[in-house]
Amino acid sequence: MLSTPALVLAIILFGLGLIGLLSRRNILYMLLSLEIMLNAAALAFIAGGARWGQVDGEIMFLFILTLAAAEVSVALGIVLQLSHRFRTLDADAFCEMRG
Amino acid sequence: MLSLLWLIPVLPLAGFLLLALCGGRLSRQHIAWVGCGSVGAAAVTTALVAIDFFSLFPAREFYQQTSWNWIDTSGMTVGISWYLDALSLLMVAVITGIGFLIHLYSAEYMAHDDGYARFFAYMNLFVAAMLTLVLADNLLLLYLGWEGVGLCSYLLIGFWYREPEYGTAAQKAFIVTRIGDTALAIGLFILFTQFKTLSIQQVQSLATGAWPVGSNLAMIVAVLFLIGAVGKSAQLPLQVWLPDAMAGPTPVSALIHAATMVTAGVYLIARMHHLFELAPMVQEGIAVLGLVTLLLAATSALVQQDIKRVLAYSTMSQIGYMFLALGVGAWPAALFHFLTHSCFKALLFLAAGSVIHSLHHEQNIFKMGGLRRHLPWTFWTFLIGAAAMSGVPLITSGFYSKDWILWSVWSSPLSHRWIWFGALLGAMLTGLYSFRLIFRVFFGEVRTQPTGESGLAMRLPLVVLAFLALTVGFLEMPHTLGNVTLFSHYLSHALPTTALLPGMDESSEAREQLAVTVAALLGIGLAALLFLPGSLFGARGTDQSTTHPSMTLLQGGWGFDRLYDRLFVQPWFAITRNSSDMVDRGYEWLAVCAESCHGWLSHTQTGQVRWYAASIAVGTLMLLGLFAM
Repeated sequence: MLSTPALVLAIILFGLGLIGLLSRRNILYMLLSLEIMLNAAALAFIAGGARWGQVDGEIMFLFILTLAAAEVSVALGIVLQLSHRFRTLDADAFCEMRG
Repeated sequence: MLSLLWLIPVLPLAGFLLLALCGGRLSRQHIAWVGCGSVGAAAVTTALVAIDFFSLFPAREFYQQTSWNWIDTSGMTVGISWYLDALSLLMVAVITGIGFLIHLYSAEYMAHDDGYARFFAYMNLFVAAMLTLVLADNLLLLYLGWEGVGLCSYLLIGFWYREPEYGTAAQKAFIVTRIGDTALAIGLFILFTQFKTLSIQQVQSLATGAWPVGSNLAMIVAVLFLIGAVGKSAQLPLQVWLPDAMAGPTPVSALIHAATMVTAGVYLIARMHHLFELAPMVQEGIAVLGLVTLLLAATSALVQQDIKRVLAYSTMSQIGYMFLALGVGAWPAALFHFLTHSCFKALLFLAAGSVIHSLHHEQNIFKMGGLRRHLPWTFWTFLIGAAAMSGVPLITSGFYSKDWILWSVWSSPLSHRWIWFGALLGAMLTGLYSFRLIFRVFFGEVRTQPTGESGLAMRLPLVVLAFLALTVGFLEMPHTLGNVTLFSHYLSHALPTTALLPGMDESSEAREQLAVTVAALLGIGLAALLFLPGSLFGARGTDQSTTHPSMTLLQGGWGFDRLYDRLFVQPWFAITRNSSDMVDRGYEWLAVCAESCHGWLSHTQTGQVRWYAASIAVGTLMLLGLFAM
C-alpha cells in the first residue's frame, strides 16, 4: 500500500517541524517550522483519503491550504509589528506581559 | 363577559410594565393616568364580570378559566388558571374598587415626590399580585401572589430608601413575614406529596375523604397554613412588623397594610376552610390567637403618639376580630368584617394622610389639635371612619359586622363565654382609642398651623369611602333589626353557614346586642371624659412625657420587639461575629487551597511562546498515550 510510506513521511515531517519550532529562537524560522507541520498534517489527510478512496482527504487539504495562507498573512503582520517595536526577532524577548 | 376574567390581574400588570419600562420618559400627568387607569380598568372589568356572574349565580356557583400552562412535567401540572366564586369575587371587588380610590388619592398625595413613576409601578404590581392571590385556582399560583404582595410591601415600606430607618423597617417586615411564608411552603409540600395535586378544590375534597377529623396530618398542615396566615395578617406572635411598616407613604398603609394585603391571611383560612374543619383544635387556636391579638393591639393603640401607629395597632386589633370569627366557625361574619373594615380603615388612613399632608408631615398627635375648623372635609370623614370602627350602633357598618361576630362568638358551639367577654372588652377599647384620636387631633387649641384642605383628587376618595363606611353594613342586618341577609345568602354558596347553639333566640340576641352597644358607647364616653379638652380629665391630656414603665411597655407593643431582639437577633449576631466558626473554617481552607494552586500555576505563565508550544506538544502526547492504553 502507498499510504503507509506517505504516513511515515508525514510523521517525520511533523517531528522535524516540532523540533524546529521548539529549538529555533528566530520567530521567522518558527513560522517556517509551523508551515512544515501544517503540510505534514495535510499529507496525512491526503494519504488517508487515498487509502479509503474518498474525496474528504483532498477537501481537508484545501481547507488546510486556505488556513495556512490566512495564518501566514496574519502572522507576518504581527512579526512586522514586533520587529518594529523590539528591534529583534528573538521570540524569547517577547515575554514582557508574562502570558 | 365571564371570559374577561383573566384581564383583571393582567391590566394592573400591564400598567406596572409600562411604568417600569418607560416611566422615566412620561410626564407626571401621564404617569397618574396609567397608574390609576390600569386599576380603574380592572375595576370596570370586575363590574362586567360580576354582572355576568350574578345573572347565572345560584345555578352556577363558580367559574374556572385556564390562561396557559405554567409547569407541565410528568406528575405535576400547574396552570395559570383562575377560579371565581362568591368569595373571590368579593375580594376582587374590594381590591380593585378600594384600590382605585387609593390610587386616585395618591395621584395628588404623592404629586411632589421624586419617585412618582416608581411609586405607581410598585402599586400596580401590588394590585396585580393581590388579584393573582385571590383568583388563583391552585395553591402554587396563590403562593406566587402571596410572595408578590410581600415583595411589593417590602418595596413600598422602604419607598423613601434614603432614610436608613425605613430600610430597616422594610427588611423587618420582609423577614418576619418570610417565617410565615416558609411554613406555608412546607404545608404546600406536604399537601402535594399526599395528593399529587395543588388545585385548591381537589386538595380539599381529597383531604376530606382521606383524613379523619382531628388526624395528625390534617393538624400539621392546618398549623402550617395558620402560621402563614398569621405572618401575613400581623397576628400574634408574628405581629411585630406592622407598626414599623408605617414608614411607607400613607396611601401604601391604606392599601397594603389596612385594606388588602394584611387580610390575605383571613382569605387563606376562609379559602381552605375544609382543611381547618378537619382540625378543630387548630380552629379553636385561631379564635384564642385572634382574641389575644385584638386585646394586645387595642391596649397598645391607646398610648401611641404617632397617628399612623395608632391606626396600625387598630388594624391588628380588627384583624384579630376576623380571626376570632374564623375560629368560632363564623366564616361569613369574618368576611363581612373584612368588607366593612377595608372601607373604614382605608378611609381612616386616607383621612390621616390628609391631616399629615396639611401639617407638613407631622405625625405626632400631641402636636396636633383643633383641626376641626381648618379641615372640615377631613374631620367629618375621619369622624365617620372612627365611628364605624368603634361600632356606633345603627348608622355605621362597623356596628353590623362587629355585632355579627360577637353574636356568633356568643352563640357558636365552638366558643366559650370568656372569649365573648374578652371580645366585648376589645369593643370598648376600640371606641376609646378611636375617639382619643378624634379628640386629640380635631379638638382643643391649634398646635401646628395647617396649610388648608387638600384638593379634589384627595377629597373624592374620602367622601366615597365615608359613604361606603356608613352604608355597606346594610347588606346584612340581624334578626332583631330588619333581618337583611343579602351578604350571608351570597356567601352561603362558597362558605359554610354558622352553626348556632340550641336555645339561641331573638330575645337573647337582643340582650347580646345591647351589651355590644353599651360597650361601644362606654368606650366613646370614656374617651370624651379623658381626652376631650375642657372635660373632667381633659386638661391633663397635654402631658406627653409619661415615663411610667407600664406606658413604655404598652407603647412598645408589650415588649415583643425587645423579646425577639434578645431571643433571636442578638444570639444570631453573636454567632456570626464569632470568627472561629466551623463553617467559616471550611470556606477559609477552600480559599487557601485556591490561592496556593494559583501560585504554582502562575509559574508556568512565563510569556515564552516556545515553552507554551512544548507544553502543548507534551500534553498532546500524554493524551494520545492515555487513549492508546
